[in-house]
Amino acid sequence: MMKTPLYAQHEAQKARLVDFAGWEMPIQYTGIIAEHNAARTRAGLFDVSHMGEIAVSGPGAGAFINGLVTNDIGKAKPGRAVYSPLCMEGGGTVDDLLVYVLGEDRYLLVVNAANTEKDYAWIREHAPAGVAVENVSPHYAQIAIQGPKALTILQTLTKTDLDAIRYYHFVQDVADIPGGPGIISRTGYTGEDGFEVYLPWDNAPVLWEALLTAGTPLGLAPVGLGARDTLRLEAAMPLYGHELSAQITPLQAGLDRFVKFDKGDFIGREALLRQRESGDYTRLVGLTLTDRGIPRAGYPVLSGETIIGTVTSGGQAPYLEKAIALALVPARYTEPGTELAVGIRGRTARAEVTALPFYRRG
Amino acid sequence: MSTRRYSRDHEWVLPEKESLVKVGITAHAAKALGDIVYVELPQEGDSFSAGDALAVVESVKAASDVFTPVSGKVVAVNDSLENAPEQINAEPLQAWIAVIEMSDAGELDALLDEEGYRAFCEQED
Repeated sequence: MMKTPLYAQHEAQKARLVDFAGWEMPIQYTGIIAEHNAARTRAGLFDVSHMGEIAVSGPGAGAFINGLVTNDIGKAKPGRAVYSPLCMEGGGTVDDLLVYVLGEDRYLLVVNAANTEKDYAWIREHAPAGVAVENVSPHYAQIAIQGPKALTILQTLTKTDLDAIRYYHFVQDVADIPGGPGIISRTGYTGEDGFEVYLPWDNAPVLWEALLTAGTPLGLAPVGLGARDTLRLEAAMPLYGHELSAQITPLQAGLDRFVKFDKGDFIGREALLRQRESGDYTRLVGLTLTDRGIPRAGYPVLSGETIIGTVTSGGQAPYLEKAIALALVPARYTEPGTELAVGIRGRTARAEVTALPFYRRG
Repeated sequence: MSTRRYSRDHEWVLPEKESLVKVGITAHAAKALGDIVYVELPQEGDSFSAGDALAVVESVKAASDVFTPVSGKVVAVNDSLENAPEQINAEPLQAWIAVIEMSDAGELDALLDEEGYRAFCEQED
């Protein structure tokens, strides 16, 4: 199994390690609920070095990427990080990713660990002559710090004015960050304010230790993949393989605002346009259980006695202290307040359609 | 000296009086599950054979069956777990799930004693 550069730190923290997409990753350190609430109320520290980074550069690189992804990166200037789905001709999703605009015709795509090889092959396959595509994942470690205290803690380690970095923007070549030079990006996957820092692979322990030293007095705690998943579920952020897949389009996942039909052609545009015009597709809703029980991915969703959909992700939300789920259901069941039910081991638990996200930071 | 017995599925059985036993899950199981957020209890009067799923405990991550190590009828359930499932993490040997009236006390002999269970866990890890 592959190890991140922070493996020794995880072992020293007595993290429970699991296989995640071929990586030996911490699922939890002290407990998912405590870690989740640390990120919500103070700050959480995440090793996400397993994520993939693909560099795309050369004349026409921007136009090439814009023809692959559904969002519009055409107007994005250097310093912008653009979230976008990446689709197949049929509209199914290859992955969802961040496009970092590093410079003119220089881009860094950050992709899901489980999809790195697939995405790399997909992008290379479509690349025109003159555009270089390189899987640079082995060069980049990634550490995320998320939560209301994230800015204060990270700011102690750099002279770069972090509060001047707007949401979904970044600064690069930050030399004074411990373990740098690095990219500091105001992005995340928790629903909190925070930063994701990219730095040379072998240097990750330097930043990790510096953040823990600076942040522990302020309540910073390492957070594993278990709480990373519950945090993103409360924030209703999609997870590839659950809310997005080769069978699930971005429109179904409710990501319409990241599909820019007006920008020109891109792979999947026609199929997605047809889907939108037909209106006849299952789409993502939030469910809050009103009966006892915990909804899990794969459980059926019912209206009355009839199965109408499927839970894509679900669980007990540690901060909200409610059982919540994301589910794909036909359009007529998506109105908040609609009474549905989830099938749980042969019984049904009542659930109410809830506006997303479940959690929005104050 | 404790007469508590242990199954290879990580449940414990504590003989009370006559043919009554309390059933719960071990510290080893509770730790492996992580934060427990939900317990689905059996109904009083339900009958089970040894090895049947008696209850379901759910952690943040997953749902897991609790198998009864002995056959018999449920005569009491620990309702307090419905609102405070975290008791299982805090005090797994106190947080009993159900009291079962055994139909075959001989089934206890197939279970491990404390020392045997500890050795079993070490072997499994």
